[in-house]
Amino acid sequence: MTIQRSDLMIGREVTGPTAIGTDRHRFWNLTWTLAITEFKLRFFGSVLGYFWQLMRPLLLFAILYAVFVGILKSGGGEPMFGVALLLGIVVFQFFTDATSLAVKSLVANEGLIRKVDFPRAVIPTSCALQALFNFLLNLVPVAIFLFAAGGRISWGWLAIPPIIAMLLLFVTGLSLFLSALYVSFRDVDPIWAVVSQALFYGTPILYSLSVVSDKIGTRAAGLMLLNPLATAIQSLRHFVVSPEYESPSDVFGSWAGVLAPCLIASICFALGVWYFGRSASRIAEKL
Amino acid sequence: MHSRSEGSTAVLAEGVSKSFRVPKHQVHTLKERVLHPMRRSGIEEFEALRDVNFAVETGGFFGIVGRNGSGKSTLLKCLAGIYKSDSGLIRIDGRVSTFIELGVGFNPDLAARDNIAINGAILGLSRREARRRFDAVIDFAELRGFSDLKLKNYSSGMMVRLAFAVMIEIDADVLLIDEVLAVGDAAFQQKCFDEFEEIRRSGRTVLLVTHDMGAVRRFCDHGILLDKGRVLASGSSEEIGDRYLDINFAASEAAAADAGAEQPAGGGQPSLGTGDAEILGLQFEAASGGISGTLPNGAKVVATLEVHFPSRVEDPVFAFTLKNGAGTPLFSPSSSWELAHSGTFAAGETVQWRVSFDNILGPDRYSASAAVTRQGGAALCIREDLASVVVTRSAPTGTLVDIPFAQELVSPTETKQEVSR
Repeated sequence: MTIQRSDLMIGREVTGPTAIGTDRHRFWNLTWTLAITEFKLRFFGSVLGYFWQLMRPLLLFAILYAVFVGILKSGGGEPMFGVALLLGIVVFQFFTDATSLAVKSLVANEGLIRKVDFPRAVIPTSCALQALFNFLLNLVPVAIFLFAAGGRISWGWLAIPPIIAMLLLFVTGLSLFLSALYVSFRDVDPIWAVVSQALFYGTPILYSLSVVSDKIGTRAAGLMLLNPLATAIQSLRHFVVSPEYESPSDVFGSWAGVLAPCLIASICFALGVWYFGRSASRIAEKL
Repeated sequence: MHSRSEGSTAVLAEGVSKSFRVPKHQVHTLKERVLHPMRRSGIEEFEALRDVNFAVETGGFFGIVGRNGSGKSTLLKCLAGIYKSDSGLIRIDGRVSTFIELGVGFNPDLAARDNIAINGAILGLSRREARRRFDAVIDFAELRGFSDLKLKNYSSGMMVRLAFAVMIEIDADVLLIDEVLAVGDAAFQQKCFDEFEEIRRSGRTVLLVTHDMGAVRRFCDHGILLDKGRVLASGSSEEIGDRYLDINFAASEAAAADAGAEQPAGGGQPSLGTGDAEILGLQFEAASGGISGTLPNGAKVVATLEVHFPSRVEDPVFAFTLKNGAGTPLFSPSSSWELAHSGTFAAGETVQWRVSFDNILGPDRYSASAAVTRQGGAALCIREDLASVVVTRSAPTGTLVDIPFAQELVSPTETKQEVSR
């Protein structure tokens, strides 16, 4: 069989798997389909699917509320600390849901990855999307508690979408990075569990940021807010729950200070996209 | 599907190579990396594909054949874009669809409807295309009325039908298929075969990866034979079929030689029987000569069974049986009738029993078992899988045997007269 020169021009070149692919439409369609499917399975898989989904943060909230507010009297001086606590838990759960799901996602979907060519980044991205769906649903009981405690809708709520967008950027970047890293290093999973645990205590969830400012100093509070999760939670507390929670820009001393955690979230995203893109072509053979 | 001119190239591979780096000491964790930062783990390069070249014409049915570990599945994955090849060029004209396994990504907790939608999304269909495809899939799988049933409640037959329908009902120009034929019962395989004929007629290009020469002969017009990552032969399916039998035979002969080194008696199986006779060997030789162990179809063949008698034996019966690759016995000559009084053999005597026959066997690898018994059946010596022989033929018919036949053309006018008379 002779290969003519003109044959070299046929069709398209097959260059192996990529992270995102050339067809954006395909990427989103697949990401969306996978996330929706998993979400549906979780909800309709068992009779009490939705109930359990809501109970998870609520039970954690009940325990923490009893221990920290009931016994240790933490956050006693803040208005509606119960709502602020629940909000913090729900935001943090979005973060852990997405990243813990994403870490093992490529390995869990080995069957698919080794047998079909599709944009690899779809898998961790759909994990982040799936966690976002959960998060939005978990905001429903937060709103109920807020209104029950006397909270009202205000102009401050306009800050919610950009805060969630920043969170999503941060979480998606980490999901991409961790999932690709786990393919080569299997101890990323337990390491990440410890890091998450540390972040949980290092983020003003159980306590309010003012405790840090008062007892250690504003500088420490500012340092803490470099964590995009801390800024997100603190901003939501300020804009949604009560203006008495100091806003991150107050802590940083200027409005521009808020750009720092946003930049960190963007760097995480860029790092995730870069590392995943670098690894994408060899994921299938490394599994 | 766009129309493509006949004779154009649909798939082209030029100098495709792929190697896997297999670390001798696998670093699986960050901990190991941190504890031994200086240790450069020795990496072994495993060359799965070496400089593979081929081209497939639009509408062709192309076979990629090889034994296990020959690199054929790696090649398919490179073509499919699942693996990235290290060097070389792969170009494909049109939409590609890969089937390495039936029902990839099926979720047993979801209904057929959802699974078809997910499958469509994975294969890159838009939602509108996927919806259009849904009815076609359900119809092909004959699962009307079951589309909202969860897959875990499907019978295995229904599941396979659905998986196959999903695979067929995608409007791809080039299909890459990996041995999915191996699954399912005979009726299902027949359905697959029928569907292959259909695909072939529809002008789509198919690349089939298999180690089943029967499937290659049946469907493929061209193909390549891979061995240790290299293209050993390329051309018509008959040509590569013969080469495939050759390398398979060489491999089993090497294995037999290995076994023989450990077990001086030779052959695959230990001998059975009273031991009053000892089968030394069984050889097949084409009357025209040629490569030993390879017999061209249509030639005269002489089989020689050599037997040693440690003790005196009267009128023994000699026999052997040839079984094809599937284990079906096809030829079993015996001395019991024509040579009932084979004579008396003194202790220590050695004799050769020769059988000549016209080789009408179809191309395959055959294994031979031999036996020496007393009149009436008491076994003196039985040797299973004693020898192995390959039958080749330039133009195989795909049948188990090629019975010689005579033919003539009769003028139809004469026939008519006979009828009218």
